[in-house]
Amino acid sequence: MTVDLPSTNEALWQPNRKASKYVELAMQAIFGLFALVSVATTIGIILTLIYETIEFFQEVPLWNFLTDTRWTPLFSSAQFGIFVLISATLLTSSIAITVAVPLGLLAAISLSEYASPKVRKIIKPALEILAGVPSVVYGYFALLFVTPLLQTFIPGLQGFNALSAGVVVGISITPLVASLSEDAIYAVPRSLRDGSYALGATKRETIISVVLPAALSGIVSSVILAVSRAIGETMTVTLAAGQNPQPIGPDLKFINPFIPVMTMTAFIVQVSLGDTPAGSLAYKTIYAVGMTLFLMTLVLNIFSFWFVRRFREKYE
Amino acid sequence: MVAQTTDNATDQAALRAKNVSVYYGSSLAVRDVSLDIPKNQVVAFIGPSGCGKSTILRCFNRMNDLIPAARVDGEITFHGRNLYDRAVDPVQLRRRIGMVFQKPNPFPKSIYENIAFGARINGYKGNMDELVEQSLLKAAIWDEVKDKLKESGLALSGGQQQRLCIARAIAIAPEIILMDEPCSALDPISTLRIEELIHELKQQYTIVIVTHNMQQASRVSDMTAFYNAEATETGNKIGYLVEYDRTQKIFKEPAEQATQDYVSGRFG
Repeated sequence: MTVDLPSTNEALWQPNRKASKYVELAMQAIFGLFALVSVATTIGIILTLIYETIEFFQEVPLWNFLTDTRWTPLFSSAQFGIFVLISATLLTSSIAITVAVPLGLLAAISLSEYASPKVRKIIKPALEILAGVPSVVYGYFALLFVTPLLQTFIPGLQGFNALSAGVVVGISITPLVASLSEDAIYAVPRSLRDGSYALGATKRETIISVVLPAALSGIVSSVILAVSRAIGETMTVTLAAGQNPQPIGPDLKFINPFIPVMTMTAFIVQVSLGDTPAGSLAYKTIYAVGMTLFLMTLVLNIFSFWFVRRFREKYE
Repeated sequence: MVAQTTDNATDQAALRAKNVSVYYGSSLAVRDVSLDIPKNQVVAFIGPSGCGKSTILRCFNRMNDLIPAARVDGEITFHGRNLYDRAVDPVQLRRRIGMVFQKPNPFPKSIYENIAFGARINGYKGNMDELVEQSLLKAAIWDEVKDKLKESGLALSGGQQQRLCIARAIAIAPEIILMDEPCSALDPISTLRIEELIHELKQQYTIVIVTHNMQQASRVSDMTAFYNAEATETGNKIGYLVEYDRTQKIFKEPAEQATQDYVSGRFG
């Protein structure tokens, strides 16, 4: 029996473990380095934000930041009421979500439950192309097409307004909602649908009472992601919503969708494009606004993370 | 060959299949099945994989309609009408012929809602709490879940989930319950509980059960149908009904050699 004899192939008995160990270590270091770059970048951004924001609050009290009713950082009588900008951002975002959620969700249901596999195969990539349109194009679309169109229905609508910016941001995030929700709906196991049909449920009852609740965590996280996107959306709102901070007051101008407003992102663009010297108060202001934006999306993301973990259904 | 039931059973038939063939696309899956399902009895479908026993079962409540390429030929009579008549609404039909699946598939809802869902969509007007309790009692799971009706049905063990699914089927008061290998995902003790349950349920319901487990068929059923499959030249399997008779007869003195080989474990 030859198998019991010591092998004549010497290489089999060479202790080459050391060499391969070094290669492994080197690979680990290289991959670790690249992973570190992205983490370090994030940490760097956050640290810069925090540092400049602290600087800002040494000149402007936090109380004024939260309670001033005007946003006039570039005036001599500067006021820093952040809610002027937050309200504008929330205004455009709520309009966007009002457009995107029904549109995206219905598209997702139709694609996942009603479309034939062939149609689904064509429509879904097409929908995702919509997500790839540059936001500046959406901005001009809002300014030069949607606004004039809306003006024919709404006579008082101004050239720059939150409404058309919000609607177009909504259209731009619809593919996100549709695509992610569709994934969640499509992932609901067939056995659940069968169980529902076997109880004499119609297709509509099955979708509304069984499939959608089962896909809820995925749908909600897609919506939250879309909200984050809408809040951070910059080009479209800068181009189409205007640059006019509306003071918070009983005239409710700050939530009037028909007049120009200034969102947080639009303010950052305005200051960044101007010749603001580094270290000036205006310069620090954009960090404070950026920090506010960051905190808002962070809270949303944490909520989404928690929600998905809390409500995700595990099928096996 | 096509087996017939005894004549006195035929007027008691809950379901009567006549020359039923099922196609998936252009390929024939099961050919020419004719049998009667007698009322308030348990009928077991046995046979090797791919013999079409589940396919035939799914014809009885038109679940095959949900598979776009499936087509059913022949006639299945239920209360004197062909199930596949154009005028028959499969949704209404499934409210009278319930189904329990191979893998327990409770909805990701509370135990209570799992039961109430079917009743609600069927427009049940009575006391829902009572219906939930009665259904869980009948499915022999009430004692285990009565204190946690608000908890998710998915939190139960596999055997409990399956009994929950049976309770869910019972809640809409069907006449017939179809069970597609209801114990194949369960441990022996859970299986025993389900079998005991089947014994009790047959007082009120007609049950058709597909099973891979021959002991199970011999333990729970009154009638047994043995299916077999033959391979075509293209490699597709076509299922057909070999023999259908009283369970005792199928297991003790079957008429066909193939049945004899299968039930004695000498299949080949």
